[in-house]
Amino acid sequence: MSLLQLQHLKKYYATQKAVDDISCSIAAGSIFGLLGPNGAGKTTLLRMITGIFYPDSGAILFDGKPFDPATDIARIGYMPEERGLYKKMKAGEHALYLAQLKGLSRAVATERVKHWFARLEMQSWWNKKVNDLSKGMSQKLQFVTTVLHEPKLIILDEPFSGLDPVNANLIKDEIFGLARNGSTVIFSTHRMEQVEEICDHIILMNRGQKILDGSVAAVKQQFKEHLFRIELDRLPAGISSGAFTVAAQEDTALTVKITSGHTSNDILQYFLQQQVTIRSFREILPSLNEIFIRLVEDTPAARPFETVAS
Amino acid sequence: MNKVWLIIKREYLTRIRNKTFIWSTILTPLFFFGIFAVSIYMSTRSTEELTVAVYDESGLFSGQLAGGRNLHYTYVSRPVYDSVVSKDGMEGYDGGLYIPAIDVDKPAGITYTSQKQLGLFSQEKINDDLNNVLERTRMIRANIDTSRLAEIKKNGISLTQKTITEDGSGAEANAGVSYAIGYAAGILIYFVILVYGSMVMRGVMEEKTNRIAEVIVSSVRPVQLMMGKIVGIGAVGLTQFLIWILLLIVGYTVMVSTMAPGNLQDIAAGAEAAGGSGAALMKAQQAMGQINIPLLTGAFLFYFIGGYLFYAALFAAVGSAVNDDPQDAQSVMMPITMPIVFSVVIMTTAVANPTGPLAVWCSIIPFTSPVIMMARLPFGVPGTVPYWEFALSVLVLAGGFLFTAWLSARIYRTGILLYGKKATWKEMLKWAFSKQ
Repeated sequence: MSLLQLQHLKKYYATQKAVDDISCSIAAGSIFGLLGPNGAGKTTLLRMITGIFYPDSGAILFDGKPFDPATDIARIGYMPEERGLYKKMKAGEHALYLAQLKGLSRAVATERVKHWFARLEMQSWWNKKVNDLSKGMSQKLQFVTTVLHEPKLIILDEPFSGLDPVNANLIKDEIFGLARNGSTVIFSTHRMEQVEEICDHIILMNRGQKILDGSVAAVKQQFKEHLFRIELDRLPAGISSGAFTVAAQEDTALTVKITSGHTSNDILQYFLQQQVTIRSFREILPSLNEIFIRLVEDTPAARPFETVAS
Repeated sequence: MNKVWLIIKREYLTRIRNKTFIWSTILTPLFFFGIFAVSIYMSTRSTEELTVAVYDESGLFSGQLAGGRNLHYTYVSRPVYDSVVSKDGMEGYDGGLYIPAIDVDKPAGITYTSQKQLGLFSQEKINDDLNNVLERTRMIRANIDTSRLAEIKKNGISLTQKTITEDGSGAEANAGVSYAIGYAAGILIYFVILVYGSMVMRGVMEEKTNRIAEVIVSSVRPVQLMMGKIVGIGAVGLTQFLIWILLLIVGYTVMVSTMAPGNLQDIAAGAEAAGGSGAALMKAQQAMGQINIPLLTGAFLFYFIGGYLFYAALFAAVGSAVNDDPQDAQSVMMPITMPIVFSVVIMTTAVANPTGPLAVWCSIIPFTSPVIMMARLPFGVPGTVPYWEFALSVLVLAGGFLFTAWLSARIYRTGILLYGKKATWKEMLKWAFSKQ
């Protein structure tokens, strides 16, 4: 059951097609990765989902119904990439203010803020002004303000930027926790290793268009190169088989590539026949990082302006 | 609406609780008050204490020089006089007044010698005292009875001005008082619009540069944020203003009650010496009573609030179009502040000629009406300002605010999320009129 459905969304600016016919479906309770190089249109897309921008054409369905910014934003939490808080406000008061703007009553908001502060070990910050907090601290605060109102959809744009490994881990665990509790998380980032760790499903955007859409596992399968790594206790004298070619060798470990028409079992059989002990055998799937680079390589670092016929 | 209220509350409370606000609110009137009080005090004390040794060779002034509270004349002999004007002076005397044997019709050669130069006030006083005696002497010589002369001079004319009111009767007016009130009201409104309008702009820019605009806008519509800001900051201005009125009232009562009656006389004397006339002062007080205080207060509040709202919307719009660069901010603020400054500049003309075409038009055009209409109103409604002009001005300002709010909201909602180069005026207009 999809929480969010995007249907042929378009948003064109005078100088570029920021979002050019994007459609996808996001299942409830999933952790969804929105990836893409700079200038791909991710932020614009996210802003349309949060009701800050309106699409030029296309539809957004939230929980089965047409997206209505007035009422639905109370069920969405958004942490923009450009972090921002009022510098002179005290942390606790600020969290309360933002929660109330989302529609929580003061009493409920206070209780929740206290709960989250305790959970993320932020209690001593209650009366500290935001500009007295370090960057990582204010990021944690911003995260709290994003999830305070228990939104069904949580959108995080680069949530880990600026966080040290300890805090990054903390946030990561929180994201898992939120998803387990039924919230849906859309997560936009450049850090592919985290996407692999956290996301169920990803979309890769480039120049306003969608170029990948699938679960992490499926995408990896899609781009696999039929490489396998096998560790032996010793290397047999000469290795030759029609089933595979040796791509690389490292001590007693070999990276082999299956030739078409053969399966992984053929590799195992070969080495079993060679009477060597097989220590480990696994498929080498491309990392998302490699896939990303491969797909996006030709895109110039900064997206050029195009003239858009209006 | 509830969310707008939350925003208003936050904008208001954060600024009210700010130490700078508290200090500036209390210190500014104290400062002006202090200056005022000090200058008054100085004027009562500025008269030097002088003891003058008079050596009168003419014999005409013996025992005639009156002196006053701070000026004492002592008739002395020649040796004492010489001692007083000698290099070391003489204890107890500040200077010597030498009157040779003079021709009553053409007096000459009267000198005052001292180590310290006389202050202007004292110099005038001594001169006056001498001339009074001289006048008396001449009149006696001409056989004019001096008491008759005093009779004749008494009860001079002080013009009473009346403007024709609705019921045909005349109501007392006073151009001077109207001028003063009009001017003061105009300046005050100018000040409020400028200070609080630019506060709105700065607030908008802050939200843009520290990116919180995006967070807030994911919870409320941009126009709600803009209006909340404008109203919240306006409330701060109103609060500050009310505190000042309060302080003014308190200060005035304190001043009046703690000053000894003698001091009040000194002030009046000082005012007289400065060229006023007691009768005129009284007239002014009377005219004050004739001015339509409730109407003026109501109008002041309306133009105060209306003028602020009209301009604050514009300030919000331009604030949303710039990015952090203070030069950009200055350059974009200028076209907005120009009409306000312009109104103060022509206010003098408007006040001098409150029925002239310049004054009339500028009191209706919403850019200048808050200042100019307030400057005109003390001259009288419906006398100087006909009812229809007043009503038109009010309506146009109210409509003007609705228009600027609508226009600004459309510019604001696009501007606050756009980072990068500053938007040109053309772009801003496009945002305003594009469909969303």
